[in-house]
Amino acid sequence: MSQTTADFVRRELQVAADAPQAAPTPGYWKAVARRLARDPVTIAVTLVLLGIIFISLGAPLVTGGTDPYAGSVLARLKPIGTPGHWLGTDETGRDLWTRLCYGGRLSLLAGILPVSISLMVGGFLGILAGYAGGIVGTLIMRTMDVFYAFPSILLAIAICGLLGNGLSNSVIALSVVFIPPMVRIAETVTTQARQLDFVEAARASGTTTMQIIRHHVLANVLGPIMVYATSLISVSIILSAGLSFLGLGVTPPQAEWGLMLNSLRQAIYVQPYVAALPGAMIFITSMCFNLMSDGFRSAMDVRLNK
Amino acid sequence: MTADARDRGGPAQPLLLVHGLRKHFPVRGGLLNRRIATVQAVDDVSFSVRKGETLGIVGESGCGKSTTARLLMRLIEPDAGDVVFDGDPVADRHGITVNAMRRQMQMVFQDSYSSLNPRMTMAESIAYAPRMHGLGARQAIERAESLLAQVGLNPRQYARRYPHELSGGQRQRVNVARALALEPRMVILDEAVSALDKSIEAQVLNLLRELKERFNLTYLFISHDLNVVEYVSDRVLVMYLGRVVETGPVEAIYARPRHPYTRALFASKPTLDPDRRTMEMPLTGDPPNPINPPSGCRFRTRCAFAQAICAEVVPPLAAPLDEAADAPTEHLVACHLPEGQAAMALHHA
Repeated sequence: MSQTTADFVRRELQVAADAPQAAPTPGYWKAVARRLARDPVTIAVTLVLLGIIFISLGAPLVTGGTDPYAGSVLARLKPIGTPGHWLGTDETGRDLWTRLCYGGRLSLLAGILPVSISLMVGGFLGILAGYAGGIVGTLIMRTMDVFYAFPSILLAIAICGLLGNGLSNSVIALSVVFIPPMVRIAETVTTQARQLDFVEAARASGTTTMQIIRHHVLANVLGPIMVYATSLISVSIILSAGLSFLGLGVTPPQAEWGLMLNSLRQAIYVQPYVAALPGAMIFITSMCFNLMSDGFRSAMDVRLNK
Repeated sequence: MTADARDRGGPAQPLLLVHGLRKHFPVRGGLLNRRIATVQAVDDVSFSVRKGETLGIVGESGCGKSTTARLLMRLIEPDAGDVVFDGDPVADRHGITVNAMRRQMQMVFQDSYSSLNPRMTMAESIAYAPRMHGLGARQAIERAESLLAQVGLNPRQYARRYPHELSGGQRQRVNVARALALEPRMVILDEAVSALDKSIEAQVLNLLRELKERFNLTYLFISHDLNVVEYVSDRVLVMYLGRVVETGPVEAIYARPRHPYTRALFASKPTLDPDRRTMEMPLTGDPPNPINPPSGCRFRTRCAFAQAICAEVVPPLAAPLDEAADAPTEHLVACHLPEGQAAMALHHA
């Protein structure tokens, strides 16, 4: 029996040695990029997002240096297509295209910053709760459940009302609102990852807990957490727009999509298309973030081996 | 079995001695998350593994085989029991630490896919443990490549591949290589070949045999497949609902199983030999719930021979009743009843 095994192994090795050197397998991220390249929707929405980020950051450039705060009583509520104001003007005669570009800065900031903060805090707490389990995990998760008891928009309004209005306060409020779901997601994926055999195998080979978290858990939970965070950006944009709409977030005359929607709503019967534009920007941006996170979710799934 | 420089005791000293191993999992629930029940996964399990042998552990799913393996690796903390590795009590002030034991005892899991990190190449996975134990990056990769070759995978072809690019058999070879990376003396194979196709299974089994000789290994082979256990084992341990019901040399148990459960287990074993076709009813029903196992002998609820004593007294693991009292025997059985033990012998005569 042992003789045939030896023969078998020798034959196997021989076959392997004769085989041409296999093309080096692309790494994980290369495989993700390859799958993304085959997904036109994700590419399209990513390009649209990049465009929105570009016109926001490069607002002075794309608007030709128009002042977003300079209004004119004579040029109030012009329709779309007016010479000099191709997207019309708002109720104080400010160029809407310029305001939309500058408004994107605050709206994107209000979308991305709270998510980043809650990603760091919530991700840390969630991975800790998921890996440690036991009393530590229970303590963290039950505390989060308390926050879950409030509807997120109410919690955000309450915190904002407590802290006073202003962009930084609405960022703080939204960060607090997003921490509980982030903790829950991080805890769930970590608990799942911890039970996988390769984590057990690493433990069985005497690897320390920190090493296991760094090399085995983090790499495998960061993907799903990041995807969830991306989908939260759109919620964050909408919520911060809502806070501004209620007068709790950004203060006038600053340009921000939610605030613009609020002040333009009185003109809805005069210039319905112009009044709808900030809303359209919120809609397009949040939809793009959602579709992009969906695309990344499927591209990053290692089991879909294509 | 040749002497190994790493041996501490002589060749007669068992490599692994397990005494009174127990794990009861609490089932929590209710308002204050109180313990409302207990799953007696492993209850008072004792056995020894000699240097260089293969001990097979068989039993239905849920009988505590895998829990025993995890307890031995200390992936789960046992409630009670002593584990002695080559004379050194594990996790004892006078013995060796859990980590020192893990360097000498490694484990191969059933699921070849989930036991490999999907983000690591084969070489990285194998080199990981040696790296974490302080081996330089280059030497670790070299060791990984040499191990890949030893398990029959050309390192030039497979070292830089990811788990999803390999077949189940190839992945399990990598898992074996990973288990060997720390140069252990003992390897626990927890259903390591059960998920493979029959032909691949045979190849991996032969590979395991060869590696055992080459690296002077001792195996603890856990499986529900009686044919495979017979093929690889020197001695066999039969478990039922967290307890050992029978143990002994593989020839003795396969020729004359004494415990009614072992008998029933063998009766359900598929065979290609028309003269040994299954004639009697195999076991019916599922094993009882380990949350509330039957009192006394745990098999009594499914046993055709059960009597009053079986419900009252836990049968000790002892020499078969019809064996001469002074004859030294390694064949031990946990059953009160002579007729229960004798039945198989009659059946064969």
